Amino acid sequence: MKLRDKWIKGAICFCAFFCVAVLIWLILYIVINGIPSLNREFFQSLIPSVASTLAIIGMTLVFSVPIGIMCAIYLTEYAKSSKIVKAISFAVDSLSGIPSILYGLFGMTMFVTVLNFKWSLLSGSLTLAIMILPVIIRVCQESLITVPTEYKEGSFAMGATKLKTLVKIVLPCTSRGIVTAIILSIGRIVGETAAVYLTAGMVNRVPESIMDSGRTLSVHLYMLAKEAISFEQAFGTATVLIVIILIVNTATNLIVREKK
Amino acid sequence: MLKKLIGISLLGAAVLLTSCGDNGSTASGTTPTSTAATSDAASKIEVVGSTSVSPLIEKMAAEYNKTDANTKINIQAVGSSAGIKAAQDGTAQIGMSSRELKDSEKAQLTETKIAIDPIAVVTNPANGVENLTKDQIIGIFKGEIKNWKEVGGTDKPIVVVIREAGSGTRDAFEEIMKLTSEKDGKKISLVAQDAITADSNGAVKQNIATKENAIGYLSFGVVDDTVKGLSVDGVKPSTENVKNDTYLIKRPFLLVCKGEYDAAAKKFVDFIMSDAGQKMVEADGYISAK
Amino acid sequence: MKRKLTKLFEFSIEKLFLLSAVFCILALGTILIFVFYKGAPVIGKIGFLEFITGTIWQPQAEIFGILPMIVSSVYITLGTMVLAIPIGVLTAVYLSYLAPKKLAVFLRRSIDILASIPSVVYGFFGLMTIVPMIDKYLAKGTGGNGMLAAILILTIMVLPTIISVSETSLRSVSNSYREASLALGATEITTIFKVMVPAAKSGIFSSVILGVGRVLGEAMAVILVSGNAVQMPSSILSRVRTLSANCALEMGYAEGMHNEALYATGVILFGFIILLNILMYIVKTRSERKG
Repeated sequence: MKLRDKWIKGAICFCAFFCVAVLIWLILYIVINGIPSLNREFFQSLIPSVASTLAIIGMTLVFSVPIGIMCAIYLTEYAKSSKIVKAISFAVDSLSGIPSILYGLFGMTMFVTVLNFKWSLLSGSLTLAIMILPVIIRVCQESLITVPTEYKEGSFAMGATKLKTLVKIVLPCTSRGIVTAIILSIGRIVGETAAVYLTAGMVNRVPESIMDSGRTLSVHLYMLAKEAISFEQAFGTATVLIVIILIVNTATNLIVREKK
Repeated sequence: MLKKLIGISLLGAAVLLTSCGDNGSTASGTTPTSTAATSDAASKIEVVGSTSVSPLIEKMAAEYNKTDANTKINIQAVGSSAGIKAAQDGTAQIGMSSRELKDSEKAQLTETKIAIDPIAVVTNPANGVENLTKDQIIGIFKGEIKNWKEVGGTDKPIVVVIREAGSGTRDAFEEIMKLTSEKDGKKISLVAQDAITADSNGAVKQNIATKENAIGYLSFGVVDDTVKGLSVDGVKPSTENVKNDTYLIKRPFLLVCKGEYDAAAKKFVDFIMSDAGQKMVEADGYISAK
Repeated sequence: MKRKLTKLFEFSIEKLFLLSAVFCILALGTILIFVFYKGAPVIGKIGFLEFITGTIWQPQAEIFGILPMIVSSVYITLGTMVLAIPIGVLTAVYLSYLAPKKLAVFLRRSIDILASIPSVVYGFFGLMTIVPMIDKYLAKGTGGNGMLAAILILTIMVLPTIISVSETSLRSVSNSYREASLALGATEITTIFKVMVPAAKSGIFSSVILGVGRVLGEAMAVILVSGNAVQMPSSILSRVRTLSANCALEMGYAEGMHNEALYATGVILFGFIILLNILMYIVKTRSERKG
């Protein structure tokens, strides 16, 4: 028994170690390749991209998180027929397999052309919002399901309404899940390229309004790498992107999480 | 509560940082951020098209905005075909193309050649081969010549790197090297089916730079010392050889528009075609169109 | 009076939730309709069986057979999940139960960063490091681009999803399970694998579904490392082109029937995930029945 346990523990630690090793390798590779380009001028040239990226993250989250959470709440707490819930969950999950370029083309057709938002931050964030909805809904659903029924029943027994139970008991329990959903979504948003440049365009200026086109960091580095303009700058952009993510993730963790 | 405050102030700081640089920062190679004073004479030029041409146009726009800050030049690089289409239906004032226009496209559009982009056949710097004949190149890309020793190199397999179908670079290369055949009026590529397909200049470059046995073709403007340009039939891909027509593998960078350029666009195009503009073309490694 | 107001409030909030759900479904449904609308005609013109069993893809000649790409996508997805699921779940276990608190927090943050790196960066990273390694040690100089490179890079890309969702699920399993099991004399490891992990099963399955979705839909990184030759894979080092990669590669210039065929590829991908979903569901219910 003990020997088998030792083996399994070893395997677990190996896997964790593997993840860490890969992570360090990747980040080191990016940073080392990017360092030659990191100077004041370079940072200044990235400011439009950073602004666009932050704007798009914010707008996309605003569009998708509340609605996604409410949808998940409905599916787990209120929906009467579990068959319909299952069917909807299936459909929602399956949409995550569609290549992001198709989302981009959808966004381009729907928002840029038909609704005439043109290439803009608005088109971009609406498209991204649709793209990450499945993640948010799925993760929040999972989180909501794990809330023990005793908590809810205890609350009902004390006379609280469904809504009050939801707000005071259920949601705080699921804050960890919601944070995971948001962080995963932010990751997806920041890392997305095709869907973004097809809808938000790639104008390299600080956008003045949500109807302006803007170039996110990932689109910027995509252009730098693909057209072989400068691989150093591409990796430099990736380095800046990692720093931005660190800041945004830390902020998210601090804002949303509540101590039990 | 404290944690929430820290979190929100972190975000706020990030946003502030970005708006800090808003006032008149001019970084090299990118368009300067528009200043707060939007004069009523501000005009917009939408430029849509090729990803190969756009880096050059971006630099031009940055330079142009130094003297005329009121014209906003919005450049979207979504591909030559999309750019031509955008010019045709009027969504773009200027379309960028890295290939010759098809006959069906020439009808409504006026084209301005702003640069010539030679296409270099490149290998890894460690590869001993310096020159290939046109027939050897055709044989290699068709997959008939499979080993470097058949063309004067060492006994190593040849790893062919090509571009995706629909790439302007690929079309130009295959057209000039006669690597296509006609079938029912449609062009079929004769290149080996199992070649590595890369989707951009950058991908081709990295493929070649990291593999000793690789060969591919690249836009001349992006060739640097991580790859080696070969001579074709004894002719090196250099500015004079392109200008005197001894190096034949090249394609044009075109700006197109429907009918006539509008006032703002015309000024910009004039700038690009001026001596100053053409100097920038050469500085980037392309050949001036004049 | 107050009771009536609260009842009204409750009712309208419930309807608000319902509205959000409907809105989500509509939004997602629209994109589904879009893809189907653009892709279905070509399937009608060519014939569904011809489309998915045809082995030649030559858009200029209007021949659209996607079998090689289907096979490649399946192999690559399978290969990636075979690697990523064990590594991911075990790492999630480590993070939730075995890691010292501070290390766990550091690891979690780092994995979140991994999740945000653009796929282009992964692609070039793979092209510049993993592909040359495969080229040197396994491919004997014929070029390391191929299925193996794609599998390795995709594994790294999908690990954060599997780890974070599984870990969230594992951590929310009530501690009382764990205490009860330990009290009964089970070891830590036995507790984890016989009690906690099964309790978090639903979340782990979800992470797998999300992971598969990510892998199937990933184009940019795959394009850079897989070689993109349209051919049936003959070995793990073969150059292949996946369905998503094909979409992204050719969308830029495809017209007419070619364009429709690419959208039809999206339809097929969607079908794949639905099939997989059903499969997972069957596996899940079977294991639940076993107890």
